[in-house]
Amino acid sequence: MNDVYIVSAGLSKFKKYNYDEDFRLMVKRAFDYALNDTDITHKDIDGSVSAYFSDHIQGQLIAGAMTNDYIGLATKPSKRIEGGGATGGLAFQTGYEEIASGNMETCAVYGFESMSHLNTWKGNDVIALGSDSNFDYPLGGFYTAYYALMATRHMHEFGTTHDQMAMVSVKNHGNAIHNPFAQSPMKIAVDDVLNAPMVATPLTMLDISLMSDGAACVILASEERAKSLCKNPVKIRAIGSSSDTMRLSDRPFGNVPLLACESEDDYKNLKYPGVHSFRAGRLAAKMAYERANIKDPLKEIDFAELYDSYTSAEIQAYEDLGFCKYGEGGKFIEKGYSEINNKLPVNPEGGLLASGHAIGATGIMQAVYAFWQLQHSIGKHFNSNRLQVEDAKKGVIHSHAGTGAYETVSILER
Amino acid sequence: MKNDVKGTEIYKTDPLVKRWDYSLSYIHSYAQDSEFFKSLGKNILLGSYCKKCNYKYGTYRKYCMYCGGETQDIELPLNGKIHTFTTCYYSGESFMNDIPYTLILVEFKGIDSLFMSRLINKENIKISIGMKVKAKFKRLQKFDVNDVYFIPEL
Ligand SMILES: [Zn+2]
Repeated sequence: MNDVYIVSAGLSKFKKYNYDEDFRLMVKRAFDYALNDTDITHKDIDGSVSAYFSDHIQGQLIAGAMTNDYIGLATKPSKRIEGGGATGGLAFQTGYEEIASGNMETCAVYGFESMSHLNTWKGNDVIALGSDSNFDYPLGGFYTAYYALMATRHMHEFGTTHDQMAMVSVKNHGNAIHNPFAQSPMKIAVDDVLNAPMVATPLTMLDISLMSDGAACVILASEERAKSLCKNPVKIRAIGSSSDTMRLSDRPFGNVPLLACESEDDYKNLKYPGVHSFRAGRLAAKMAYERANIKDPLKEIDFAELYDSYTSAEIQAYEDLGFCKYGEGGKFIEKGYSEINNKLPVNPEGGLLASGHAIGATGIMQAVYAFWQLQHSIGKHFNSNRLQVEDAKKGVIHSHAGTGAYETVSILER
Repeated sequence: MKNDVKGTEIYKTDPLVKRWDYSLSYIHSYAQDSEFFKSLGKNILLGSYCKKCNYKYGTYRKYCMYCGGETQDIELPLNGKIHTFTTCYYSGESFMNDIPYTLILVEFKGIDSLFMSRLINKENIKISIGMKVKAKFKRLQKFDVNDVYFIPEL
């Protein structure tokens, strides 16, 4: 396999409503940003991968092809990748595969979603169709409820508290204050989260990620092309992915797949994954870590872009990705370990909770932020160095579909 | 075309933003899951059993996800326990009129996996994990998964 690098990246501003730009123009903004940032031209791009979740959200089928011609890539090979909330993460890995296999030397990977075109209730409905339409959706199942079922069990199993979940929201909204691309920068306190309108117990409005209009783009290249196109490319060290049952009810009660830093004794009485943890996240991380030769993620990883679709999911991801043992995720945030310039900063730019969640763009947005962190160019893109993780050498990005029906973990290093 | 009669709803003129209604009626077949939904009308909650794996599924599936073999239908117990729960104060648009409602995952003795259902909690009993619940069946069958629901068992 050929080594794969990120040579440039771009974002649109994430917004609750962007009626001035449709999905094609939002992608163009992100793509042009990437072209300009590294002085790349259309001629340098061999092909592309597009990422978006729902035809109903765009009000348009084959929206990827429309976008591709709009940004000037017609005639080049292109495909669309879809996998729920993991859409962007999967598309990023597909771009990696295009280069690693030698099928392309350069590949533009872009993602988008225009969520403002459905009202929130309808949006909940459309997204809920991404759950079993015989057994789960007709109950009034929707994603906040499914994650709430998991959070409730996590609290029961491990003693995690709503206060701890709220701390994730406080952190991520606070980080976003210094990110000019972010949709919802806010200085809030734990009580604001706890007292926000209840959506599905225990999750309130401020435990839940945003619905956004936005687009993101990264340009990937082989080693040779990366060297000629870019002064400081970032290597994609490894990718990992996994899948799990769509229905929560089908998840078994077995043993934890152990990371190098864990032992069987750690989890003697834990039935796994049940509905407290994301097995696909654990398996994706395990695959990526083994490929990147990472033994102790807490020590070896400098920052992470985790899929904080809900505050509870960020805490669960600390555990799934082995930043701490299962059951210690609540303490991990409580001790401040995931704050910027602490042990392992998580979502330093605000995550899905505060930077934005334009579904198909999300996994690529994470790659953009990780790329800038590893280039040490946050100051240039954000007009402030506040969110630059000091001496960042290795970062991880992570995304979910459904309640972990697909998950991706990719490891980037400078 | 309704819009032509009522006029076109314009939200904004700069940029120009209009309402566009589109909907479809889907011909939904339960296909290989049909037996489960038909059985609810006979007050029977079906699960599935894979003999080869000796695994009992709390949610009906015609083929075993471990070995790929065809499963046998089994009757699930009508009593179980709450494995986890959430009470919803918002929902998808289709269920706005139902809020607040409670969803639970039910665990059954001797069954290896769970079943998702609604908990109808008329007496507003404080819900907790491990609480005993029992299945009830709607008198008027609507041929969806809501034909069965659970109530607290006191
Ligand atoms: Zn089997």
